[in-house]
Amino acid sequence: MTTRPMIVVDRVTKEYRIGERTAAYGTLRDAGTRMMRRAFHRLQSSRPEGRQLLEALNEVSFEVHAGETVGVIGRNGAGKSTLLKLLGRITQPTRGSIDLYGRVGCLLEVGTGFHAELSGRENVYLSGAILGMRRADIQRQFDAIVAFAEVERFIDTPVKFYSSGMYMRLAFAVAAHLHPEILLIDEVLAVGDANFQKRCLGKIEEFRSIGRTVLFVSHNMSSVLRLCPRVILLEGGRLIADGPADQVTRRYLQSDTGSPAERIWTEPSKAPGNAVARLHAVRIRDENGRIVPTLDIRRPFQVEVEYWALDPGARATVSIHLINEEGVCLLVTNDFNNRVWWETPRQAGLVRTGVQVPANFMAEGQVSVLAAVCSYNPDIVHVYERDVVSFQIVDRSEGDGVRGEYGGTWPGVVRPMLEWRIEQLSAESRAVAGNTAGVK
Amino acid sequence: MTTTTTMTTEALTPGAPAVHIAIRPTPPRIVDELREVWDHRELFYFLAWRDIQVRYKQTVLGVAWAVLQPLLAVIVSSLIFGRLAHMPSDGIAYPLFFYAGNLPWIFMASGVGASAASLVGSPNLITRVYFPRMIIPAAAVLSGLIDFLIAAAGLGFLMVRYRMAPSWQLLLAAPVLGLILLLTCAVGGWLAAVNVKYRDVRYVVPFFMQIWFFATPVIYPASLVPPQWRVLLALNPMVGFIDAFRAACFGRPFDWVTLAIATAVTFALLTLAIRTFRSIEQTFADYI
Repeated sequence: MTTRPMIVVDRVTKEYRIGERTAAYGTLRDAGTRMMRRAFHRLQSSRPEGRQLLEALNEVSFEVHAGETVGVIGRNGAGKSTLLKLLGRITQPTRGSIDLYGRVGCLLEVGTGFHAELSGRENVYLSGAILGMRRADIQRQFDAIVAFAEVERFIDTPVKFYSSGMYMRLAFAVAAHLHPEILLIDEVLAVGDANFQKRCLGKIEEFRSIGRTVLFVSHNMSSVLRLCPRVILLEGGRLIADGPADQVTRRYLQSDTGSPAERIWTEPSKAPGNAVARLHAVRIRDENGRIVPTLDIRRPFQVEVEYWALDPGARATVSIHLINEEGVCLLVTNDFNNRVWWETPRQAGLVRTGVQVPANFMAEGQVSVLAAVCSYNPDIVHVYERDVVSFQIVDRSEGDGVRGEYGGTWPGVVRPMLEWRIEQLSAESRAVAGNTAGVK
Repeated sequence: MTTTTTMTTEALTPGAPAVHIAIRPTPPRIVDELREVWDHRELFYFLAWRDIQVRYKQTVLGVAWAVLQPLLAVIVSSLIFGRLAHMPSDGIAYPLFFYAGNLPWIFMASGVGASAASLVGSPNLITRVYFPRMIIPAAAVLSGLIDFLIAAAGLGFLMVRYRMAPSWQLLLAAPVLGLILLLTCAVGGWLAAVNVKYRDVRYVVPFFMQIWFFATPVIYPASLVPPQWRVLLALNPMVGFIDAFRAACFGRPFDWVTLAIATAVTFALLTLAIRTFRSIEQTFADYI
């Protein structure tokens, strides 16, 4: 089976100029001033202006053979999407080479090429053509695509009237019928209801079973573990692990190399703050006291702040804000909730304060910490530092968590384990045993 | 497997030729890229068809717009330039003269406008799926061909109205139109690529097109220009093409020299456009 390489990635590096991906385009006027400045600069020092480069991928090499399903994992900004974009020829490597031995189907996002004004039928043809299908292929598979998406009744309605679920289903259905030899998938399983997700996973399974090659990028450890025997771990643009799925995912979940979970300011004069208080350290600790950026949702953890209290006369309080990926502030908590400490007279010196966050509390995802130190009467903010540390809450669908064994999207910003009371009010003899299995 | 071509067909397993896609920091060879464009030829049709569908889907008059616009233009200019200004028109009824010049001009101008905006207007394609990027501006030009054909019916109507019988030369209008299409792709494609990097292009284009319009004998005949300026004027390829288009429609003699100059300029522009396009097309996704 491992005789025929399908994907060969050889020392691939992709550099972006800083800011290139966001405010990339300039104006002719800017280009003009830049040229002038550069010319002037050259007159002065003959050294060209150094550009700030961001290496989204750095010397990444791996091979994938026919019939393999490989998961690609890593934190935000690790280079997963860049890798997929290079493999999908959306953009070009700065150095290195990639060889693909087969037709490539690339699902970076479902609904590629869909147009809201066009009907479902028209969009199937359009999107199929954009993804690389021949008209005859689409015609032949049209009924299968529509049936897979379950939108038969609305196929001649413009897709702008579709529900988001219907839209996603139709979009995935087109892509699933591409029949490429190499399939690149990015997070598409995060769409649709549980039933549809199951069929998507089934489709990927089917791909694998007929010897097709699948590269699957995901944040969702449970679907990676379920689908991919082999996993590649990226961190800061480098490939740091490539091996059996359980080993690599465990390493990912435990890794604390270059941890964003701790921040220390060794020089008080350079630390955020003022004459009353300055930060010394902020860190995230798991229940065993280890500093880790990745936390299991089923375990409690601690956010710890150390600061220099510089003015014994000021009664300062530390405030922690937890902010999720959408920028929503999940909570604010202050150490004045500890009334004993609050009433205690202060001394100048280093203070450590920590807050316990219970298990099964926040939803999974990336959480950023804002640390503040302030005092009241008069109200003065001494420190207000955004994004000092961040951590990832991981919810593996292992059955004993809130999400049970369900591996799909689970909405909500909190995820508490709540108590359910269930009573069987009557029992019919026809009842299937499975229906009542979970009830005691 | 150290080939640097983009798409080569190699037999990896006996009897089963496999696709080989080589991704390198340098642009693929031009022949490979053009072959890929050919492989995706159906996409031209689908993208052009989408543009047309979307353009007319929410309009009351629908396709009638394609007739109405040139019709209103010919009425207004016949009144102003024909009746009021007594513009000479090489012995052809002014409305007919104007319409036969305006028809290819509008095709070119709207094609350049549409394709210049096409890449910046399709971020959802460029950042998510691969196909040769040249198809996007080219399909935008192609979608204007339908409008052209509909509007061409108006020319037929005017020819009947002014009792102008077409000669066999009318067949030559097709290759002339083909050349105009190439010119439109060249100018539009170049602007589209530059627009990705420098967004001022969209402010420059309308201004540039207006100047180009007055430098092209649409409302006036080329014979109005002093002979010593004609050679300079011929460097504007639309001069030769519009002249040839009128000659084809009205059975007049062709000015082969200006047509040859126009064709040469068109191919030079096309080469320039393809070179510029290829030098930045691999990184469009990073800018859009």
